[in-house]
Amino acid sequence: MLRQNWWKILCVILLLYTFVAGFLGPVPARPILNETIRNYYFHIAMWFSMMILFITSLVYSIKYLRTNNHIFDIYALEYAKTGIVYGCLGLATGSAWAGFTWGAFWSNDPKQLGAVVALLIYLAYLVLRNSMTDVDKRARIGAVYNVFAFAMLFPTIWIIPRLVESLHPGGAGNPAINADGRIRIIFWPGALPGWTLLAVWITTLRIRLQLLAEQRLH
Amino acid sequence: MGGWTRHIWTLFKKDLLLEVRQQYTFYGVLLYVASTIFVLYLSMGQPEADVWKGLFWMIQLFICVNAVAKSFVQEGRGRLLYFYSIAGARDFILSKLLFNALLMLLMSLVSLAIFMLMLGNPLAHPLSFLLLSCLGGISLSLVFTFLAAIAARAQQGAALMAILGFPLIIPQLLLLNRASTIAFQDVLQAGLAGMIGLITALDLMIIALAVVLFPFLWKD
Repeated sequence: MLRQNWWKILCVILLLYTFVAGFLGPVPARPILNETIRNYYFHIAMWFSMMILFITSLVYSIKYLRTNNHIFDIYALEYAKTGIVYGCLGLATGSAWAGFTWGAFWSNDPKQLGAVVALLIYLAYLVLRNSMTDVDKRARIGAVYNVFAFAMLFPTIWIIPRLVESLHPGGAGNPAINADGRIRIIFWPGALPGWTLLAVWITTLRIRLQLLAEQRLH
Repeated sequence: MGGWTRHIWTLFKKDLLLEVRQQYTFYGVLLYVASTIFVLYLSMGQPEADVWKGLFWMIQLFICVNAVAKSFVQEGRGRLLYFYSIAGARDFILSKLLFNALLMLLMSLVSLAIFMLMLGNPLAHPLSFLLLSCLGGISLSLVFTFLAAIAARAQQGAALMAILGFPLIIPQLLLLNRASTIAFQDVLQAGLAGMIGLITALDLMIIALAVVLFPFLWKD
């Protein structure tokens, strides 16, 4: 039991650490940001985990194309779905943060646009899958689209924000927040793995549900 | 000439011949281009440079969806099987990419000409914009050719292609729009070459992806 579920316990501990230390711990005093800087543990972690989830989905799509094993397709789908949920949460936390610091909930920042485009693409992936009834075909065409979309989108959303000015920190004249040690000690060992493990947990539950539903059909 | 170049050339010639005989896609899209731009002219007159540029790329997008949509639907099941047995998937997709790129190149030139005729000419550097619109047309055609293949395999029409394609094309349109902003300014800025390089690199990546992924799509 412990050997199998240790990471779930770790996930709960890490998230508890993130919440307790994130809300009560010391943070650097920055103008404009003030105490909202604590959102770093939630907003950035959401995006980071979303990227990890979409990359995992991509890997399973490639695995499906190589092996034609139906289970990999379910993995790819469910990781993409959890990625979409995290993306929405990242958008919501980011929008709230922007509302209190940049003065507007939405300001057409290149990173905001990239985020929306990524979500639209993965929603289109779900629509494409639902347009087909044949299970085999749906899996294969879905996997092809997943690989194509990922390979087209992510280089561009990593490149474009570097070409244009952004309100987000990390660019020129706007130092990244995680340069501060007090933030780093909570984000890297706590928030990021904690939220990612939670996402994996949610996804594995959904995959098990899907597999059970399929067994009932046969 | 190697075997595969001959295959691609033959398949390309077949598409071209079909087009010349049937004269459907070319004139159909031509009419679409002319009437869309005419409607724009009627409703907006001659807009400012910013609006002009935005409209131009949006119209390119819609032209591309219409021009490319038919390229896989017209091949019936039996014919696809025949091509598969004589040529192979890679040659097939490459010939389609080539044909659609040429078609879109032509359409970009035509629509640029009609745009300048009807909506005025706010361009400061017509030549560099001409180059950009050719490059843009080709980039759009590459992406939508692959999406047309996906939509055709899913047995869906142009609607699914648009659903899949519009989010995917946004980064590229942003790049094109940004690059063409440079062509509108009086002083030619540095950075245009970099943008063009970036767009070309993206195009090469799309071709590579299409070549790698299309065989999976093709299999039944």
